[in-house]
Amino acid sequence: MRAMVYRGPYKVRVEEKDIPKIEHPNDAIVRVSRGAICGSDLHLYHGMMPDTRVGMTFGHEFVGTVHEVGSSVQNVAVGDRVMVPFNVYCGSCYFCTRGLYSNCHNVNPNATAVGGIYGYSHTCGGYDGGQAEFVRVPFADVGPSKIPDWMDEEDAVLLTDACPTGYFGAQLGDIAEGDTVVVFGAGPVGLFAAKSSWLMGAGRVIVVDHLNYRLEKARSFAHAETYNFVEYDDIVVHLKKETDYLGADVVIDAVGAEADGNFLQHVTASKLKLQGGSPIALNWAIDSVRKGGTVSVVGAYGPIFSAVKFGDAMNKGLTLRMNQCPVKRQWPRLFEHIRNGYLKPSDIVTHRIPLEHIAEGYHMFSAKLDNIIKPLVVAGQS
Amino acid sequence: MTETATPYIANKRIPPKSAEELRAQIPGWGADLDPADRPSYPQEQPGIETGARWDFPERHPEKWPRERSIEHAFLPPVFGTSTPPTGVSGAIRRYAYKYSEGRAVHWLLLIAADRVDATEHHLKSFATLHPDNPVTETGVVSEFRRGGFPSRFGQKRADVNHQWMDPIIVAGPWVLAAAGLAAAFKALQEHRTA
Repeated sequence: MRAMVYRGPYKVRVEEKDIPKIEHPNDAIVRVSRGAICGSDLHLYHGMMPDTRVGMTFGHEFVGTVHEVGSSVQNVAVGDRVMVPFNVYCGSCYFCTRGLYSNCHNVNPNATAVGGIYGYSHTCGGYDGGQAEFVRVPFADVGPSKIPDWMDEEDAVLLTDACPTGYFGAQLGDIAEGDTVVVFGAGPVGLFAAKSSWLMGAGRVIVVDHLNYRLEKARSFAHAETYNFVEYDDIVVHLKKETDYLGADVVIDAVGAEADGNFLQHVTASKLKLQGGSPIALNWAIDSVRKGGTVSVVGAYGPIFSAVKFGDAMNKGLTLRMNQCPVKRQWPRLFEHIRNGYLKPSDIVTHRIPLEHIAEGYHMFSAKLDNIIKPLVVAGQS
Repeated sequence: MTETATPYIANKRIPPKSAEELRAQIPGWGADLDPADRPSYPQEQPGIETGARWDFPERHPEKWPRERSIEHAFLPPVFGTSTPPTGVSGAIRRYAYKYSEGRAVHWLLLIAADRVDATEHHLKSFATLHPDNPVTETGVVSEFRRGGFPSRFGQKRADVNHQWMDPIIVAGPWVLAAAGLAAAFKALQEHRTA
C-alpha cells in the first residue's frame, strides 16, 4: 500500500508499505478514503514530539471502509463505512469506564500521562496513522462508528478530531449565558471552539490570531469578533480594553505548542526544542481572562516543561481545564447539531491533497501558504 | 468625571446582548446552554457505556521487548507496533525508558534519539535505490506552486520573523557534515604530501 512516512524534521515522503495485519482479536483494518493533516501533526513534522521515529506513518483523522476484522469484533463488519476517533482506547480501564477515553491506560506502553493516538509518535503509543491507504484500528468494537447514511464523508472526517476537540474546548470553559469568550487561534480547532461557544450561550465571542485569512473565516464561519495580535502593541491590554478592563470570562487556548507572538518563546520551543511548547497563547490566556475565570486548553503541548506564567494563574484564582478530547462522547450531540443545521464541519476544508503529494501538503500547512486552513488527504489519487 | 470601569464596581457595565437577539443572529445559539446537554459535563461519568465486553483486554503478543514507561505496572495489553527501535537511536531510546516520565532526562534522551534516528536513516538511504531527496521530501516546491511570496509578505504575519531558520534547520547539519568531510579530506591530503 502507499503510505506517508516521516523521514526526519520537515521531511516526509510516500512509500510502499505492507498492508497492516490483524494483530489482536479486536482489531480491524480500515481502507482509508479521506484523511487529514491536523495542526498537531505539525509538531511531529517539526520534530518537537519526543520519540517520533523515522518510518512512522502519521494521521489521526481518517474515515474509510472496513477491510478486515479480527475474530472478536462484533460491532462493525467488512464493508461498513466508518469514522474513527483519534483516540485509541480500550473501553474497560479505570479511565475509559469514566468517559476519559483520551486517557486510556491500556493502550500506551510508552507513557502513562497520555493515552493512545493514531500516528502520533511512540509517546502516544506507537500506532501507525491514517495518512495511508490502510490502517490498523485496535478495539474496533469500541472506537469506530458507522458513518450515518445522511452524513457527508468530509463532515465525518472533521468529526474524528478537529470539530469535537473545539466543541470539547468550549465545554471545558464552563460557559454560562452571556459570557465573553476569547479563543486564541483561528485554526480548525479554534474555529470550532468559537462556533461551539455560541451553542453554549456565550454573549460575545472574540478570536485572536495573526493570519488575516483565518480571522476572516472566524468572522464568516463562527460569527466572531476578531483581532490580529500583530496590529496591537500588547494584545492582552487590548483585550482588557475591549472587555471594559475586566478580562474575558472564559479563554480557550486552541493554539498549543507552536504559538507565535514572542520570538524567544517560539524559537526556544519550536526550533531549539528546549520547551515542550511555546506557551505564548497560554500565557496570554492567563493574562487576559478575568480573575476567577476559566482557561480551557485544547491546544497540544509536548511532555517537557514549558515557561508558563503559573504565578498569575494562581493569584487570579483561575480554573485551568484541559484534556485531549474524548471524541466519541461528543458524536451523538454533534450529529444533532449537524442535522439541525447549526454546524457544517466541512465548511472549513480548504485543500484536498492527493496522498502522493503529501510532502507539499505538509509544507503548505506548516508555512501557511495559499490561505490554507484544513487540508484533507485523499488516497488513491495522484 | 470618567465612568468607572467594570472591575471596580459590582456588575458588568455593558450588558451582553439578550438571548432573543443572539438566537436570531447565531444559528443554534444556546442549544447547549443547559450543562446537561453537554456531552462532557461532568467530565467523569462513571459507568458510561463504551462497547467493551471485557474486564481486561486480551493481550497483544509481544514480538520484541516492547519499551515501556516504568510508571506502568506492567506492559499494557495493547500497543502500537510501528517502527521498533533499531541501531544507535534504538539503544538510546531503550536507555531513556529506564527513567520515568517525570524526569527531564527521559524526554531529552528521546529527542536526542530522534535526531540520531534521522541521521541513521538518511545515511542508510544513500545505499538504496530510494535515497532521501531534500527537494521532494520537504515539499518546498509548493513555495512556487502555492504562492510562497504573496502568502507571506504584506500579510502582517508573526511567523515570518523566524521562518528563515527552517532551511537552516533542515540543511544546516548536512552543510556542516560536508564541510567537515572536506576539511578532513584536505587534512589527509596535506598529511600525505608532507
